[in-house]
Order: sequence, then C-alpha cells, then structure tokens
Amino acid sequence: MDLKLKIWRQANQNSKGELKDYAIKNVSADSSFLEMMDQLNEELIDKGDDPVVFDHDCREGICGMCSLHINGEPHGPENATTTCQLHMRKFKDGDTIFIEPWRARAFPVIKDLSVDRGAFDRIIEAGGYVNVNTSGNTLDANAIPVPKADADEAFNAATCIGCGACVAACPNASAMLFVSAKVSQLALLPQGKVEAKDRVLHMVNQMDLEGFGNCSNVGACAEECPKEISLENIARMNREYLGASLTSTK
Amino acid sequence: MILDSKIPEGPLEKKWQNHKANIRLVNPANKRNIDVIVVGTGLAGSSAAASLAEMGYNVKAFCFQDSPRRAHSIAAQGGINAAKNYQNDGDSVYRLFYDTIKGGDYRSREANVYRLAEVSANIIDQAVAQGVPFARDYGGNLDNRSFGGVQVSRTFYAKGQTGQQLLLGAYSALSRQISKGKVKMYNRHEMLEIVMVDGKARGIIARNLVTGEIQRHGAHAVVLASGGYGNVFFLSTNAMGSNGSAAWKAHRKGAHFANPCFTQIHPTCIPVSGEHQSKLTLMSESLRNDGRIWVPKDIKDAEAIRAGKLKPTDLPEEKRDYYLERRYPSFGNLVPRDVASRAAKERCDEGYGVNATGEAVYLDFAAAIERYGKTEANIKGIENPSAEEIRKLGKAVVEAKYGNLFAMYEKIVDDNPYETPMMIYPAVHYTMGGIWVDYNLMTSVPGLFALGEANFSDHGANRLGASALMQGLADGYFVIPYTIGDYLADEIRTGAIDTNHEAFAQAEAEVKGTIDKLMNTAGEHSVDYYHKKLGHIMWNKCGMARNAESLKEAISEIQALRAEFWQKVRVPGGAMEMNPELDKAMRVADFMELGELMCMDALTREESCGGHFREEFQTEEGEALRRDDDFAFVSAWKYNGEPKDAELVKEDLIFDNVELKTRSYK
Repeated sequence: MDLKLKIWRQANQNSKGELKDYAIKNVSADSSFLEMMDQLNEELIDKGDDPVVFDHDCREGICGMCSLHINGEPHGPENATTTCQLHMRKFKDGDTIFIEPWRARAFPVIKDLSVDRGAFDRIIEAGGYVNVNTSGNTLDANAIPVPKADADEAFNAATCIGCGACVAACPNASAMLFVSAKVSQLALLPQGKVEAKDRVLHMVNQMDLEGFGNCSNVGACAEECPKEISLENIARMNREYLGASLTSTK
Repeated sequence: MILDSKIPEGPLEKKWQNHKANIRLVNPANKRNIDVIVVGTGLAGSSAAASLAEMGYNVKAFCFQDSPRRAHSIAAQGGINAAKNYQNDGDSVYRLFYDTIKGGDYRSREANVYRLAEVSANIIDQAVAQGVPFARDYGGNLDNRSFGGVQVSRTFYAKGQTGQQLLLGAYSALSRQISKGKVKMYNRHEMLEIVMVDGKARGIIARNLVTGEIQRHGAHAVVLASGGYGNVFFLSTNAMGSNGSAAWKAHRKGAHFANPCFTQIHPTCIPVSGEHQSKLTLMSESLRNDGRIWVPKDIKDAEAIRAGKLKPTDLPEEKRDYYLERRYPSFGNLVPRDVASRAAKERCDEGYGVNATGEAVYLDFAAAIERYGKTEANIKGIENPSAEEIRKLGKAVVEAKYGNLFAMYEKIVDDNPYETPMMIYPAVHYTMGGIWVDYNLMTSVPGLFALGEANFSDHGANRLGASALMQGLADGYFVIPYTIGDYLADEIRTGAIDTNHEAFAQAEAEVKGTIDKLMNTAGEHSVDYYHKKLGHIMWNKCGMARNAESLKEAISEIQALRAEFWQKVRVPGGAMEMNPELDKAMRVADFMELGELMCMDALTREESCGGHFREEFQTEEGEALRRDDDFAFVSAWKYNGEPKDAELVKEDLIFDNVELKTRSYK
C-alpha cells in the first residue's frame, strides 16, 4: 500500500517542532507499524536525509519503550495493542497517518518522537517496591497463601508496561493509571500491605511533583491502555490514599 | 595458557556451602569505599546492582534503554524453574542439576550447574517477598507447569509474562537502592570500552545516547550483565537493541570468549513472512504443554495446504504426522528445544512445510481444547455436553492459560489460533556461549565479572526452557554478592579510581576514533543493509545445521563484508546528538567480528551437541553424534588481533557425578 505520513520532527528539547510530510510506497500489509517506520528511515538514509528518531526495543508489546501518538490515539487505532504490535493491515491504501510524540509536560520531547519518561522511574523510586532485602533468607514462598482472586487481580495490575499511553491519552496528562497500577498490585498482596500507607502517600506526592495533572474521571487512560489496566485501580488508589492520609501518623 | 575454573574442593553438594564459608569478606565500612559498575539491567544486572548496593558497595548501573525496566528479560514468557518439589512429583536439587547437565548435552560444568539448582528455590522465595504475582491455585499456593526436557512440573509462572513480573521485581529492588542513593542509574547510556589499569578492569568508557557525550567511569570492579548476542543473525527473538558489544569489548581486552557457536534456535516462533521483517516473535515453550506439533503425512496434502487449496482443520487425524510424538514417544512434544527445532527443519527440508515459504509446521490446540472442555463439563456437572459446549468450555481454559500469547499471534499473523492451528518455525532465541568465567563468575580479566546470558557457564550446548530466568537471578541475587568479595577484599586500600589516568585517556581516544571512522566513511549503504547481509550468512551457514565447507565460506564472506562495512557504511546525523543509527553501527561493527569467531568455533568443534549440529557428525537416524573423547571441553577463545587469529584455549570438563550418556528422549 502507499501512504502519506505527517510526522513530528523536533531537533531537541529546546527547539520548535513541526509536522513534516512524507510519502511512502509499497508497504506490506503484514508489516508492523514500526517496520513501516524502518522502511521510511531506510529510504531517508538512502536519500541522505536524517531518519526519524522513535523509541522501540522488544517489538513484542512488553518492554513499553514504543510510544507513538498515531492519528490522535496513543499506540494507534487498535485496542489493547502497542505500536510495535500494530500492523499495517489496519490501514488502507492511500491513508494519511499523523505520527506524533506523547504530549505531556512531565514527558519532554528529546528528539522527534522520543520523549523522556524518567518521571515514571522516579515515581517507582518513591515507593513502588516492598522493603525487603535481597538475601533470599525470607519465608518459604508458600508460607503465606494468597487467595487466587487477589493474586490474579494483583497480576492484572502488575502487567502495566510503563509506556505512558495513559498520560498521553489524558486531557489532564494525569499519571493516575500508572501509579495506581503499582499501588494496587502491592496493596492486594500480603507482602505489600505492611507499608501500603507510606507507599501510596509517597508515590502520589512524587507524581504531583513531576507535574502530572489530576484525574477527572475521563477514562481515556484505561480505554487507550495497551494492557487494559482497569480504572478500578484508580478507585483503589484513591481509597488507599484517603485511608492513609487520615490515619498516617507522620 | 591454562584456565583455572577455581571449582572448590569437596563433594558436589558441599562445594557452594564450603566456598561461601571460606570466601573472603569485605567489612561494611570498607564496602562504602568500593565502587562497582554494573552494565545492563535485565534480571542479572538489576538483581546484581540491587544486591551489591544492599550490601553496601557504591554501584553505578548502566542501560541503553530509557529505563532499567525495559531490558529484554522482560519478554521472557513461560516461566522460571526451581527445585521446590511443591508438586511432590519427585523433583529435587539433584534432579534439576541432572536435567540441566543432560539438557545441555554434557557441555557445562557440574559445580556451576549444581549451585544453580541449589539456589533456585531461594529465587522463588525472594520474588514472592518482593510482591511478584506468580500464578496460584485455589488454595492460594503457587502453581507449576512443565517445560521441555524434564518429567516434573517445576516451572513457576505468571501467565505468559513471567519475565516481565520477575524483572519488575528486580527493578523495584533496584529502584529502592536508587532512592537510597546507593545506586546511581545511567539510563540511555551505552558502555563502549573497558578500561584496564595494571592488568585489572578499572572502569568503562560510556556514551550518553541523548547528547553523544563520551564519559569516563572508574570502579574497583566491573560486572557485565549485558545479555546475549543472538542479534548477530539480524532476525531473532531478541529486542532490537540487544547486542554483543559489551561482551565483545571485554573479549578484546583479554576476556576469553567461550563456546561462541552454541546458539539456541527456539522451535516455536512465528515464521518469517517477508523481507520487511525486523524481528521474530517467540510463542512460549509452555504452549508445548498443550499444543501438538504436526505436518501432513502425505506430501501432496502439504502442497495443497501451501497452495491454499486445503485447510489444516479439514485434514483428518490419520493423515497427520505428529512427528515429535512419533520419533520421541517418552517426551513427545516436550523434547528439548534443539531436538524439536531440528525435527521441524527436517520435515520442512523434506517438503512437508505448511506455509507459503515452506518453512512452518503446525502447533495444534484442538485436542487440548477438547480435553479441558470435557474436564470442565465434568466439574460443572453437565451431562452429555454437546461438542459445541465442550469446545466453548475448553477454549475458556486455554484462554486463561495462554490468552496473551494467542492474542499476540493473532495480531501478527491475522489468524485465530483457537479455530485453526498456529504455524510455527524455529528462530534464534538465546546464546549459551558467552564470556568465559570461573566459579566466582570472574572472567579471565581480573576485576571483570560476567553474569546471566552474557556468560557461558550453566547451559552447556543447549539451555532448557525456564532456566534463563533462573540463571540470571541466581547469578545476580545469590552468587555475585558473595563471590565478588573474594576479589574486592584486596581492593580495600586502593582508594578511589582516578579517571585521569593515562589508561582512561587512551580508552576514550580509541572510542572517539571508532566513532570518527564510522561518521566519515564513504556512505553507500545503511547499517541495516550490512546487518541483514551478516544475518543471512550466519543463518544459512552457522544456523540450525552446519558443515565444514559452508563454515569456511561463511568466514571468508564475513571478512569481506566487514571490510566493505568499514568503507561504505552510511551513518547519517552527527556524533554529538541522539543518533540511533550511530548506536546501531557500533553494535553491528562488533557483530561483524563476533560472527566470524562463532563460525570458527563451529568449525573446530567436530561433533554435534545440543544446539550445535554438524552435518558430518550424526547417527544413522539423524540424531546428534557427540564425541566425548575428543570434545568434552569448553572452547575458550583468546583474542589476538583479528578474529581469525584467536587462540583456542581448552578447559576440560570433568564429570565426577554424572555418567556421560547419549542423550535420548525416545
């Protein structure tokens, strides 16, 4: 198929970016979206132009590195799919495709379509862990049974890949879905309950410091999430946060 | 040159305990004055960085991705082995050890493998304590499944995302240490050189991939946990950025490279569909618990299927050849990966392949769906369920087990695997070879350590499924924290490493020289153009089957290609900016040398073992013919300038506890 592309080009964080037009021919319907981008870049290199910078790594939908805003939607039109798993058969010959970076104050553009998501790492550093040392001298793994329903629910929250689509989708650029997924996972498991109060307070505090917006129950985050992380996590985080704020002694 | 593997004395089951009891320690006050660099943040790197920081060392950790959580361990699907024997099916430390030695076709060290089996159970305890949500049964206990090459269920899992959950566990432990200031994390940084001072590894040269800045980092020890080099084949299940450069730089600085030709070709990957393809996708081995692999019995049916005139679901049972069940009745579809891959290639080479390229076989879940459906109907008390009801119930069970894998398959192939069998074909997945290390995981360079897939130590010539996660975490959480002390005990008086030392300046100048050279070539073809060419040579001549003639051809072809690459590769943009093409060019430049060494290693190993199949050495039935009398050794290659001048140093493998047998899964 032949396509027209409008791609965001920006030399660095401080320069002004703009959409540039590209045309690409003979794209296989079996190509992934990023393979189409590879093809474009090969053509640009052959012509002596600068290829388009975009983040990607595993191309299996799990590392969370790919991050394109395609035709106004994070990760493009297909539900529950990362950009790397989106295939060109979802587009039609002659289509025009808009390709932009995640847009949020907390995710500054580094170059072209690549953004800095270091804020997510810092939120995890603020408390997204269990304070257990790495010695392995802990309880036997089966010492505390965990109800299957809780384990499954924790797992579902834990499948978040940290790509940032939730932030990109949100009109407030809120990171509540990301933060709540980690808060939920650990709050649901006995191992994480011990420090649940401190965790939610610290993580939410860091989230605010990073400049993410607040949640106004739009729901676009869960709608666009490639891993279908549920809005229930935000509700759970709000409960945890409220409880912690009212009872915390610190 | 004699390689000392430093295997402790004493009986096998006491070696690690004795070693730990006698190893030298560094006291807490001294640890605070010692710096350690960790390159890579996958399971091995994250767990090592977190553990070393926990113990009190000052750690600097590096990853080329934008966050340590992206490392490719995250893509491991099926599970992690541990000798917990929760299923009471006869598992034990010894059996996990034995299965691993046998699965590796008797080309790994007994002592290392035994230690791995010994610490495996602790990994599960550790991960659960960190909040890793493993699959559980209705009683709230951990669930297990079975993997290839074993007859027990010892694999712990979190649906098809076990690697993700374990890596996020290790990443959380790492994040905890970052927040304490004990780990300084360098995201989007790539190690480009090891710095040697007075014969010891004393630091690295790294490049900031956002600004292009070249940096010097000093340390008392350098730990490489940089993963495998499967991307030398261009198409593999590795991530796009996975590379062998850190390992190769270490090799060039004196670290021996062991068994480079031992590559794992994984049997169940989505087949290649066209030239546009940038990578291949694995379908977890766990699918072989329930999927049955087959091709048509009659070659005419295979032709009809390829031509689109016949559907697999229309072919009756008696016209299908379940070739693994036929050839290996006792292990059936769960034979080890090397055996399953070769059997698929054999059928496709004979003309029984089932997709347009002729390189695919079926992985069929119809029988499993029916079996589970009947069980569910029984549980639910449905009398005389209809075939439709059974299918529906069975599909729900299969979806709960493998839903994410089926969805991924459907996205890539545009076919519904609940309704029609999956098509699969082998693809490069893992490299058993890697940097040579002794029992302490130290390379032949003092102060330079290698963990996880980057080293060669535990999997011999073939890795068993669900053992990579086990090894990465064992090395990082439970081995290096002890063994590094033995080396660092001599470093407590060294003081901070001076990065103004001449050796740093020289290493930095070398890196800058390489970058300049790449930025200033004639510029005819892109990096990918050369990478694809290299991949074709490697896959065709050093892939699933190798012979002397084609390996010799490959060596001269790679030499020619490498010369052309350095003259004609085109790297756009500048060196002092974000430039993924330059990053890639540096990695491919190293693959061009590593590929040649892999072929040399394959050429000199005149036997077939595990993933290394030399066509000249096979039994009448086409099985691998191992030659223990002449080849029961580790091939450790010493760098001498060009890859062709590398010197082969042998470490004899001594088996005191297991008898070397012809591996049979029949």
